[in-house]
Amino acid sequence: MNPSDLVYSEEHEWVRVESDGIAAVGITEFAAGELGDVVFVELPELDSEVTQFGQFGEVESVKAVSELYSPVSGKVVERNESVVEKPELVNESPFESGWLVKVALSDLAELDKLMTAEQYDTHLAREQ
Amino acid sequence: MAELHEGLRRTPIYGRHVALGARIVPFAGWEMPVQYSGILDEVRAVRSGSGLFDVSHMGRVEITGADSPTFLNRLFSSDVLELRTGRARYGVICTEGGGIVDDCILYRLAEHRFMLVPNASNTPAVLEWIYRWVVARDDVRISDLTDSTSMVAVQGPGAEDLLADLTSLDLSKLRLFRARETTVGGNNVLLARTGYTGEDGFEIMPPSSNVVALWDFLIDGGATPCGLGARDVLRLEAGLLLHGNDIDSTTNPYEAGMDRFIDPDREGYVAGGALQGIRNGSLRRVLVGFTMVGRGIARHGFPILDGNEQIGVVSSGSYSPTLDTNIGLGYVPTAFSAPETRFQIDVRGRAVEAEVTKLPFYSRS
Repeated sequence: MNPSDLVYSEEHEWVRVESDGIAAVGITEFAAGELGDVVFVELPELDSEVTQFGQFGEVESVKAVSELYSPVSGKVVERNESVVEKPELVNESPFESGWLVKVALSDLAELDKLMTAEQYDTHLAREQ
Repeated sequence: MAELHEGLRRTPIYGRHVALGARIVPFAGWEMPVQYSGILDEVRAVRSGSGLFDVSHMGRVEITGADSPTFLNRLFSSDVLELRTGRARYGVICTEGGGIVDDCILYRLAEHRFMLVPNASNTPAVLEWIYRWVVARDDVRISDLTDSTSMVAVQGPGAEDLLADLTSLDLSKLRLFRARETTVGGNNVLLARTGYTGEDGFEIMPPSSNVVALWDFLIDGGATPCGLGARDVLRLEAGLLLHGNDIDSTTNPYEAGMDRFIDPDREGYVAGGALQGIRNGSLRRVLVGFTMVGRGIARHGFPILDGNEQIGVVSSGSYSPTLDTNIGLGYVPTAFSAPETRFQIDVRGRAVEAEVTKLPFYSRS
């Protein structure tokens, strides 16, 4: 269920490295499922800097608030305004249209601190 | 998680909740379903069809005896002597100081027989409070039926049709806040047209031995199982208060806007003096409904601000799927209580604009 072309953080965020050092970031299907129906998403401003494992936003479900921790460092070059307008995209399509921001990576070596899909599956199995 | 759930009680329907894939959480000493398919789905089901709730965790206290009407009239917030058989009334139980021990529904089942339904977490406090007022010469018997009976709520515009197939009672003649002892699916139950969702609906109290069969009948009939999460959203949209969030022993019913449920001018009413004093004085603060104007969801305990100054506190807040907006309840000084008055909610350090909204946020057409 966790796509193999992504890398994952322990905080249940995913990273999809696209061309020219830009990475899309989102939360995993597991995280979205744990939250329940997401009804509010707060994203960092365009051009703001995010830090690996630093807080960069919030998602709220009907009952719970969860802080977002950036899996990578860099500058925010795109925000998914669709997900701000329609937070349910996080539940409906966590790995595709429910992405949150795109970040211009400042340090590609940081990706080594993240998990492969297989490692993330193991991580989930341990957490449950 | 196992240690979290230790010592918690389960209703007889617990096994069904698990089988239906519910997420179970500890709530008021019970392991209860917070959601099945999802809170938004469940809210929609209740607003457009029929939803089914296990509310067996709530208390059921039977009060009988020749002196039961006068006894309850000393404790309940409105006139019990005038409450007619077959009717239910919502009210509060207050201390002598006017603080709210709990809000309850009181059902009069016969001349000398009543059922009181307090909140799950307050049932012990309510029992303790009412036992305290029994005097030896009273012919009053108090029985805690919380274990021997159970309770489900079927709520929504489809509730009457769904239930009509299971009972011989003509439901079109059972008006709001009326209760009858009848049969549903062949089981003896107390059936009342009451609820906590702002929709039409029924609350059904069968013996615990029959509640799983009743639950299955209603699910097979097409009711959507709904958890505590949906219940909380539905009651907030309908402007209904939650004890422990919106009201408690430190709030009085007048500042909570419960005037119409309070009759303090009765001989022997234990909270009468205090409530008369509050009614005749001026309120320092009042509970208001508000709608978020800026982006953000208010939650219980968030400060309410007027510029840099804290003027109040949020008691409940949520996203409202029915209205597709963020709503809440909170206490503010009376000067800030008129509809459309603006203030801010401190959402984790961010001041987000909100506007006073007349309650209820939602009422069925």
